Order: sequence, then structure tokens, then C-alpha cells
Amino acid sequence: MIEQTNAESHLLTVNGLTVEYWTRRGKIRAVENASFTLDRRETLGVVGESGSGKSTLGLSLIKLVPNPGRIITGDISLEGQNIRRMKDEEMRDVRGRRISYVFQDPMTSLNPVEKIKDHFVELIQTHEPKVSKTQALERANQLFRDVGIQEERINDYPHQLSGGMRQRVMIALALALNPSVVIADEPTTALDVIVQAKILDLLNSLKNRYGMALILITHDLSIVLQRSDKIIVMYAGRIVEYASSVNLYSSTQHPYSQGLLKSIPNIELADQKLEAIEGSPPDLLNPPKGCRFWPRCSFAMPECRTEEPPLFETKKNHLVRCYLYKDETNDQ
Amino acid sequence: MTLRAYVISRILLTIPMIFILLTMVFVVIRILPGDPVLAHFEKNVDPALVEEMRVKLGLDKPLWAQYFDYVFGVFRGDLGKSMYDYSPVAEQIFSAFPATLELAISSMIIAALVGIFLGVQASKRYNKPVDHTIRIFGIVTYAIPVFLLGMILQLVFGVGLRWLPVGLRMNPMLAAPQGLSIGALHFSTGLYTIDSLLEGNMFKFVESLRYLFLPSLTLGTVLSGVFIRLTRTNMFETMRLDFVTAARARGLRETTVTYRYALRNAFLPVLTMIGLQFATLLAGAVLTETTFSWPGLGTYVVDRINFRDYTAIQGAVVVFGILVSIVSLVVDLLYAYLDPRIRL
Amino acid sequence: MMGGSSTKKNMFSRLVPLLTSLARRGLAGWFIAIGLIMVIAIVVMTMLAPWISPHDPSAIEMGPPLSPPSSQFPFGTNKLGQDMLSRVISGGGIMIQVALLSVVICMAGGVPIGLLSSYTGGILDRILCLIMDSIYAFPGLVLAIAIALMLGRGVVNMALSIAVVYVPSYFRVIRSQVLSIKEMAYVEAANAIGAKGHTIVSRYILPNVIPSIIVVATVNFADAILTAAGLTFIGLGVSVDIPDWGYDLTVGRTLLTTRVWWVIAFPGIMVVLLALGFTLMGEGLSELWNPRLEQ
Repeated sequence: MIEQTNAESHLLTVNGLTVEYWTRRGKIRAVENASFTLDRRETLGVVGESGSGKSTLGLSLIKLVPNPGRIITGDISLEGQNIRRMKDEEMRDVRGRRISYVFQDPMTSLNPVEKIKDHFVELIQTHEPKVSKTQALERANQLFRDVGIQEERINDYPHQLSGGMRQRVMIALALALNPSVVIADEPTTALDVIVQAKILDLLNSLKNRYGMALILITHDLSIVLQRSDKIIVMYAGRIVEYASSVNLYSSTQHPYSQGLLKSIPNIELADQKLEAIEGSPPDLLNPPKGCRFWPRCSFAMPECRTEEPPLFETKKNHLVRCYLYKDETNDQ
Repeated sequence: MTLRAYVISRILLTIPMIFILLTMVFVVIRILPGDPVLAHFEKNVDPALVEEMRVKLGLDKPLWAQYFDYVFGVFRGDLGKSMYDYSPVAEQIFSAFPATLELAISSMIIAALVGIFLGVQASKRYNKPVDHTIRIFGIVTYAIPVFLLGMILQLVFGVGLRWLPVGLRMNPMLAAPQGLSIGALHFSTGLYTIDSLLEGNMFKFVESLRYLFLPSLTLGTVLSGVFIRLTRTNMFETMRLDFVTAARARGLRETTVTYRYALRNAFLPVLTMIGLQFATLLAGAVLTETTFSWPGLGTYVVDRINFRDYTAIQGAVVVFGILVSIVSLVVDLLYAYLDPRIRL
Repeated sequence: MMGGSSTKKNMFSRLVPLLTSLARRGLAGWFIAIGLIMVIAIVVMTMLAPWISPHDPSAIEMGPPLSPPSSQFPFGTNKLGQDMLSRVISGGGIMIQVALLSVVICMAGGVPIGLLSSYTGGILDRILCLIMDSIYAFPGLVLAIAIALMLGRGVVNMALSIAVVYVPSYFRVIRSQVLSIKEMAYVEAANAIGAKGHTIVSRYILPNVIPSIIVVATVNFADAILTAAGLTFIGLGVSVDIPDWGYDLTVGRTLLTTRVWWVIAFPGIMVVLLALGFTLMGEGLSELWNPRLEQ
């Protein structure tokens, strides 16, 4: 099974994280028993459909799961420190400074009545009160150069910038205080394809330059296959496969991951038939018994319907939640 | 629409509205059953007196002539003559106006501040007891007749605790603040609070505040309900918008998020509301002034009712209407200017 | 007038299930229920006044003038020695009549004009809009003062002056509803099959507009009560011999400095309760029919 990882050996360690939404109609388990690690200069891709829990996972790392969500159990450690036990003030220090979050929609993520430069000054001065306004603006200008926006734009209002520029501003804001971890939630969904590639390349080069760790949350497997070191595939709140991107591509194990892979168009296959995965994600208020995926799985076996499979480690650091692999466990 | 086009069209809209307003008042006072001149006098009055007044006030001319005189008069600043002593109504109104202005501004400030503050507090604790209490407070203050609230406050603070005066605008033993005088130059706003500051007289300033406080509190409280409701709804929606969560994700302080992010965006409708509430404010001011013997336009109107001075009342009503039109124009323009999305 | 206790029992038996179903609808339901109870209680009390008031409210020198609340006169006496409790029980009549009449007049005028104007459109609509906006923008009480002044005293005149002020409220609400309904497919379909204008209006538009009208009516009632009180306070009230809360408030004002609080407190509370009842109903209905803050 998953080794109890030593929290101090990795930059970010998440262990057994479970998040529920307590709604009027019942409790929804958005994330169940998620565990993973992340190190400096590593990119982790988190892939899943809408409702798979990937955004909730990301938000729970900075404890901003929206009401009525609650983190039920689990440990989150950043550089050895337990985030779950942090009080509001400590958490506020972490957000933006040690862990940054880049939101999905740049259109709605900036304050419409504030100029861009005010966003920066506010951010920097909140976390580092001793910095003067001029110094903060200098830093902002430097960041603008890093992300590739012209300096003059800093005096504009958000609605005066294009979508791509706004996303770069968000990234600049995320990097302003040299965080250890940057979480990017669907950073390119709201942008067109050409800009998408640029933004992703940008994130990558900045990651390498500043030595951060990057978490890319997306529904698009193709993005993370190329650009991440390891990948988590999520389905209905569970991690169903956790492996390096190389391994995930070459030996995809979970039926769901296989389905995702098959649905990526490949320009080299002229007559490729795109296969969608049949069925739709389960209703999380009344999930099916057993493995969450069995109703859509072509390999479903009787045991799949009764009890949820645990994570089996098939190769070193390749975990999959599927009974198909129960005999291949690589026990240490 | 560009800002310039909007400004022009908005200003142009005001003109027909003022015309309709003037016509409305004319219809009510002159055409509705009851000859205003006859109504002014006692039952068995000497007809010669009635005729004399008619001539002196120009009320013997045919109706359409009276209408034109009236409308052009307003644009010239002539609001007719009082039935009581034939003095120009415009002068009387002009001298009573600053008191009402002072009351209106301070009441609106109180209403907005109280309303916004309570609205913010309520929006942060949706459906919890504090939220319910604030909402009920807003509803109850609306249902209390403003003069009743005034009388209650007078009882408690004026008669009971003896902390504050129950009426008038200034301590009768003091002269009214004169404002700034440099040699022969004289500048005063008519607002006692500001004038006493201009004069440099702190004692008068404090006194004027003492007299201003209860009436403004009364009128402001009754008006605050609308602001509470508006702010509460707006803030609730705004706080759930993405940029607010994004701001929190950057580790900004909760007060910054509430005020610089949420409230600043939710504020613009509040500004419009201030404009919309101005009419209600003036209506409430009439009653408040009467309750507190505050010497403004409201008291003027009520006094004129007692004198059956219909021409004066007509003039005052017209002024009320024009005031509302101007204020709503200004607020609309201000809104267009402030919303950066419209500006460019 | 009194149909005997059996009709009252019938009303109550229909009322209770209504109230319980309202209470189940959350805070909004409570608002409506409580508001309804308050209004009904006050109206019933006023109607039963001749039978339940301990003394004749207009009879002077029932007791020592200006005596504070006591066991003999639970609400005290006023300057003329009249029993305040009796005056409070009987004093709602004028206000309720004026409010009811003004709401009826207002609806009878505002609803048809609103429907006509918004459905027909064109120049008529634009002119009416302009007129209604002008009235709406005017300080309500001031306009009511002007009209009441010229019409003279009396219940009908007061109701008329208040009604004129509130017609634009109905007009606007109806207009916005009609404009959105007009665009909907089923109205177009009806037009296409040749339905006449008034049929469309009465069959399709009117039923959808009724909830909004009711909400406006409750607020209208509350405002009418407050405006009536205001007009009385200024001296434009109805004649002086009928017991009236507004009148008591006006008279009581002069007694404040002598610490005689009971002359305004009790009539005042009644006015507030009546206006509050309608306001609560309005708030509750509005929240129930246009829920805004759904999670």
C-alpha cells in the first residue's frame, strides 16, 4: 500500500485527505482518501472530469474550500509544517506567499475597480509590510517582464486587458512572493489554443527558474502528459491512478485512464476513431456501491460491485485503484 | 454608449420631466376643485379684498396666461408672491432652504453609513441570528412613522435624559453662525455646522451638532432600512464572486477583502439608491422638521398650510420637485463617471 | 354586522392550516404568517370596538385628565380625560378605511393603465411612462399634501390623494412584467392564432402579473397608513370627533415635554403594528415568490 511518507522529506505531502460538502440534500464526498507527494521543480498533473474533485483537492491545500465544504480528515504538510492545524492568521500567511493559486477564469478573478498595479502593491505590502510602494512596483515590473506583458499595462484596469494578458497577470501575482508551490486550476481552459501553449510553457520555465513545485489541475490529459512529472487521475473523488507521466502513457492501467487516453486526438493517426467513455459520472449523493467506476467499466468483475478497491502498487511508484491489478502488487 | 452621449441624453431627459412636474403642481393647486384665492379667506369676506388679491397675484388672468406666467416665472426664479403678505415666495424659500439641506445631508449620511455597516454584517452571517435581527430591524424602522420615532427620541434623550435639545436649530442664546468674513467679503453656506467651523467658533459648532443630531438620527434611521437590504443582497452576491475568492487565495486580509474588493464593487447600486431615496428623504424631512421645530422648507410648508397661503405652498412644492430632479440627475451622472466599465 | 360566533369559527378553522403551511416555508413564511395575524387582529379589534372598548372613547372627563396608566385606565387618560385604552381600541377605523380605499382606487386606476400602456406600446406608452416617472420621482408626502389640501378634509379625499401618489408603483411593476411576458412564446402563439388584444391580456398576462400586484398592494397598504398618519400629523386629517390614532399622536405631541408619554406611546404602537403587519407580509411574499439568495 502507500508507504507512510516521511513528511519532511518532501516539499508537500498529502495523506488521506477527505473533503465533504454538507449540503441540504446530503453529504457529498468530493475527495476521498487522497494521498500524494510533491517536490521542488516537480510538476504534478491532476486530471479528471468536472465533478471529479480535482478543484476541491486544489482548494483544500490552501483551505479555501467554499461553503458548505469541510475537510474531514487527512494531513497536509508543507515543508514539514502541518497546514490543517494552522489558524486563520497563519493560513493567511501561507496563501499567496508560500502556496499560490491561479484560478481558472482570468475574466472574473481580478478586482474590476482596481488597477493592476494596485493588485500587486496590495499583495506585496500585505505579506511584506516593510516594502515601500515604489519597491513593490519595481518588483511588479520585473514580474511583468518575466511573464511577458508590457510594463505600461500595469496602469490599466482588468477589463482593458485580453484574456491571455489577464492570465499572465494572475501568474505574475502568483509568483510575486516566490512561493514554494503554485497550483494552477485549469489555467488554460478559458483561453484559445495558441495562447494555451504559451501560458503552459511560461509556467514551466518559471517553475524551473524559481525552483517551485507546480500542480496543474485540468480535465485535459494531453496537457499534463507532456508537461508534468507525475500525474494523478481522479474519478468521483477518488485517486484511481497515480504514476509518473511516462509510466502513465506507456502502461496505462486503470480502465478510466485508458479511456481518457483513447479520447485524445492524435494527429499522426489518420483514421483514428475517437472513443468516448460510455456513461456519465456518478451522482455523488448516492454513489454506486463498490468501485465508483464499475458502471462504465468494460472490465467490471463481481468484486468490483461490492467493495471499493484499495490502491495497489504495481510498479515502483505506480499506484492504481483497480482489482485487475490485485495480484501484481509490488510489496516492499 | 459613450459617457458623453449618456450625459447629454440624461440631461435632456430632465427637461420634459421638470415640465411635467410643473404642470402637475399647477393642475393640483389651480385647477382642482377650490379656487385658491377664495379658499384663502374666511367665509364672509369682503369681495373687494378677494378681487384685490386676485389682481395683485395675477390670478385674474385666464388660466393659460397664468400657466405661462408660472412656468416662465420658475425659470426666472420667480415663484410668485405669498398670499399672506405679498412678499416674494422665492426669497422665503431661499432662506428656509439651507436648514433642510443640512438636515437632508446629515440624515442621508447616517442612513447610508448605518445601512451599509449593518448590511455588511448581515451578509457575512447569512441566515444566522444576527442576519435575522438586522433584517427585522430594517423592516421595523420602515414601519415606524418618522414623527413617532422623533417623538420617542425626544422623550428619551431630550426630556428623560436631558442630553440633547428637543427642538430648534440652535441655542437661542447664540447668534447664528456667520461663516467666513474677510474684510468686506462674506461667505457662508447656510449650514450651521460648516459656518461655525468657518467662523472658527468651536462652541457654536458643537452646539449646532447637538441640535442637528436627533432630527438626523430620526430621519436617517427610518431611511436606513433600504440601505440595509440593498447592501446585504449585493454583498452576499459579490462575496461569492471569483475575484473575492482569488483575493483570499492571495492571502489578503479579511477586512481588505470585504471592503476593497467586495464592498467597492457592491457600492455603486448604493449610490444610485441614495439618489432614489432623496425623494423619500424630503418627504420624511417635512415631518421631521415639524416634529423638531427645525426651521426648514418642511416647517415652511406646514406653516403656510395653517395660513392657507396657497401660492407659497405651490412655490414650495415646485422647489421640492426640482430638487429631486436635480439630485437624481447628479447621481446618475456620478454613477456613469464612477463605473470604470462605462467610462471608457 | 356580526354574523355570530359561528362565522368567526369558520374563518379560524380555515386560517389555522394556512398558517401552519406558511410556517413551514422558512423565515419568509413566518413573516407572512405573523404579518397576517397582526393585520387581522387589528382589523377585528377595530370592527369589534363598539362592543369591547371599556368606555366610550369620545366621552370626556371619564377620569382625571392626564393620569398615567393605572388599573382603572390601563392606558391612562389624555388631556380631555378620555380613556386611552378605548381610544386605542377604536382609533384604527379611519386609518384602515383610508388605507383600504386608497389601495382600491390605486389598483383600479394603476393596473388597467399599466396593462394598457405596456401592452399597446408606442407613443401612449412613452408619454404615460414619463408622467408616471415624474409622479414617482416626487416626494410622496408632499404631493399628497398638495392634493389633500386642495380637496379638503375627509376620508375619501385623503384616500384619493394617497392613491395618486402610489399609482406609479403599480404602473411600473406591471409594465416590467408585461414587457417580459409579451416576448414569450405563448403570447406570440396566441397572437398568431388571432386572439384579440384584451383576451391575451386577461388570459395570459393578467394571471402572471397578479403575484406582483399583491406584493405591491401590501407595501401600498403600509405606505398608505404611514402617509395617512403623516397627513393627520400636519393637520390635514379627517374631522376631530372620531377617535383616531393619528389625531392622538398629533395632539400628544404638545404634551411630550411634560413627560406624558402614554398619550403617544399606545396609539403609536398600534400604528406601527398595523404598518408592520403589512410590511412583513410584503417582505415575506416577495421573498417567497422571488427568491434571490438561493444557495
